[in-house]
Amino acid sequence: MSASNGSISSPYSVALFSGLWQENPTFRLLIGLCPPLAVTSAVKPALTMGLSVIFVLVCSNLVVSLMRNLLRPHLRIIMFTVTIATFVTICDLFLKAYQPQMSETLGAYVPLIIVNCIIIFRAEARASRSGPLVSMLDGVGMGAGFTLALCILAGVREILATGHLFDIQVMPKAFVPWLAMQMPVGAFITLGLILGLINVLTRKKES
Amino acid sequence: MDRFTALLMGFLSVVLVNNFVFTKFLGTCPYLGVSGRLDRALGMGLAVTFVTALSGTLTWMVDAYVLIPLHMEIARYICYIVIIAGAVQLVEMYVRKFFPALYDAFGIYLPLISTNCVILGICLFLDVWGTNNLLEAVVVSTGTGIGFTVAICIMAAIREELILADVPKALQGAPITLITAGLLTLAFMGFAGMIK
Repeated sequence: MSASNGSISSPYSVALFSGLWQENPTFRLLIGLCPPLAVTSAVKPALTMGLSVIFVLVCSNLVVSLMRNLLRPHLRIIMFTVTIATFVTICDLFLKAYQPQMSETLGAYVPLIIVNCIIIFRAEARASRSGPLVSMLDGVGMGAGFTLALCILAGVREILATGHLFDIQVMPKAFVPWLAMQMPVGAFITLGLILGLINVLTRKKES
Repeated sequence: MDRFTALLMGFLSVVLVNNFVFTKFLGTCPYLGVSGRLDRALGMGLAVTFVTALSGTLTWMVDAYVLIPLHMEIARYICYIVIIAGAVQLVEMYVRKFFPALYDAFGIYLPLISTNCVILGICLFLDVWGTNNLLEAVVVSTGTGIGFTVAICIMAAIREELILADVPKALQGAPITLITAGLLTLAFMGFAGMIK
């Protein structure tokens, strides 16, 4: 991992913090893009989705890391996905029981966490190669980076689409809501422009 | 005849109106990642269509004939994912044996089809939409795969031209692709409401 070069920090803090920015899955690595686009029409579902992903990522990283010596190359992926599917089932049942309304809003996107590339990617790149603690911290960091990206995207879209944020009026009364931001087109274009902005910022820093 | 019309409408609906890529954001990773060349996109689309049709049908059958009668819905996601992984393995072996050139061109992307959201997506949406007979499940899951192929091919063709375009420096690469995808979505919104 390129992020671990050059700094004097311990492997634990690298595992924890690299996911936030340097290897942010959504903004830097561009993986697992379905949920960032699908559930970000408002901040609340985005936050729920982010927390679910953190839970699944930490648990699956822990289990994969514990069984890393038992893995066989050709059965690797299936073992990862079955582990992930188990935790996603737990998460889905939990949401259905305690947050029925949110569970309905998110719909099929909760089970779709199973095929979120971020989780398999972390299982493959980190958890199957390092100890349980580092893997769990990595899960927390990556999940937090993902949640952060989700919330930024959802915040922009919710403010522009309704003028509200968490039911609080943010924009002046005269603001005309952009309904297009709530539709798929808003998701794609907002993410595209945010990526462009990040490109500009990082390039300035480098030069 | 009525039944035939209903099936045709269901098919057109998943290809155009409820296209998974444009309205549900499923399969966005290969849509943005692989689709740089038209021929490769077409091959990828066809492989996905085959796996989608196969696993959509199989998971519907397992759901209707095994899991629901046995009240085992809790194990649904695990069963789905195992079936999909099996179907992908099958396609991988078939392509390696009969189309070795295509196999080399796909590289890592072929096994990664099993983590393509379109496939698990259709298995889950068949349940959400309340599909209640086998023929409908087959038609709808095939249509979803074709919808994905249509989307990925349009995107690939646009990106082939986009190489020649003068894109602002900050937007080069992924950002312009996402904006293009947004405009395409806008175009496909024209189909909205034609079929429920």
